Formats: sequence, structure tokens, C-alpha cells
Amino acid sequence: MSRTFFRRRKSCPFVGPNAPTIDYKDIKLLGRFLSERGKIVPSRITAVSNKKQRRLATAVKRARYLALIPYVVK
Amino acid sequence: MPFYETVFIARQDIAVPQVEALTDTVKSIITDQGGSVAKVEQWGLRTLAYRVKKNRKGHYILMNIDAPSAAITEMERQMRINEDVLRYLTIRVDEFEEEPSVMMRSRGSDDRPRRGPRDENSFDNSNSRDDAPAPTPAAPAPVVEAAVEETPAEGAEA
Repeated sequence: MSRTFFRRRKSCPFVGPNAPTIDYKDIKLLGRFLSERGKIVPSRITAVSNKKQRRLATAVKRARYLALIPYVVK
Repeated sequence: MPFYETVFIARQDIAVPQVEALTDTVKSIITDQGGSVAKVEQWGLRTLAYRVKKNRKGHYILMNIDAPSAAITEMERQMRINEDVLRYLTIRVDEFEEEPSVMMRSRGSDDRPRRGPRDENSFDNSNSRDDAPAPTPAAPAPVVEAAVEETPAEGAEA
């Protein structure tokens, strides 16, 4: 029964040899982890690891402060 | 001495030479206190994602600084006083990025490796935000809508 709902586990996009570095200046990269509303997408959906999700959150908040990305998309 | 990375936003209605003058004053503050500026990057006039002190655009300047903390405190104090500076952000970094930052790189080409359809969730989200502001649920005022359209377009271009 559990087999029916089996889904392949995605690996963290920031782990591996040519993984991108998390940088608050890289708006395009950060945009992939934001919802349409500009909210940070939970890691259970994006499969980002716990450690990287924390880094990502800091980067997003820095970018928001510098008005590179909006706090809210209305 | 620790490494710092500073980004500050200058008011939109000052001219480019004035921005350079402002950068030079910041630089001199640092050097007076015994620090050094490793790199200065001008990102040019960018549209802000939201209004900051009634401004819709701003000149972005990035600086890589190697200086004692006293110099940073002094620099930030001066920036708070200066009305041409809308915002500043200083963070401590372990090492400087040698090559130009993402902002400068993405200006020319768009050849960054994209992930496959595997990542459709987040990828699609960002995509639909870029080119289709229309399906945004019920925007009350058309003025607000226009403002929203501007912002993602700028993000996509950069």
C-alpha cells in the first residue's frame, strides 16, 4: 500500500559538485524558491536541506531589505 | 582585518558623477581609518522592488572592504546622515568574490544552467510571475497592478 504512494526523493539543489552558491545578490536563483506571492517556499516542497534552507531564508531577507525582491507581490 | 561587503542605494535623482563622488567619499572614510577598498561595483540605476523613502529607482553600489570595525561604524554613521543614501547593508564575509558579482554577470548573457523539468514546482512559479502578472488574484486598484507589473519585469531582465 505504501508502494502506491511512493515518490522518488528529490535531492537538495544546493548539494553536489556544481551546485549554485546561495547569494542575496542572485535574484534569479532566489526567485526559484519564492511563491507567486513572494513568500519563501517550504523546503518540503523544494527539497532544500535544512541547513541550506536557513541560508536561503537569510539571503531572501537580505535581498528584500535591499529592494531587490519585493516583500509582498500584490 | 575582517572582510566586509557593503551594498548601498543612492537616490535616483542624483546624477552619475555625483554617485561616483559619493563612492569616493565613502572610500576616503575607509582609507582614513586604515582600511582598504578591494572592489567597487556600480550596478547602475535599478528599479526598486518597492518604494523606499518615496523613491522608485536607485543607484546600487557594491563595495568589498577590508577594514577594522571602527571604519565600518564610521561609514555607516555617515550613510545614516547622508540623505542621498536610501539604504545600506554591510555584511561580513569570509572571503571576497574575485570575479564580478552575479548582478554584473547576468547583465550580458543568460546562460546559467537551468534545472530540468524535475524542478517544475518552483521553476514554474517563478516563471509565471515573470511573464504573466494577469492571473494575480483580484488586484483592487489598477495603480497597484501597474506597479507589480514593473517589478518582476525588472527582475527578469537583471
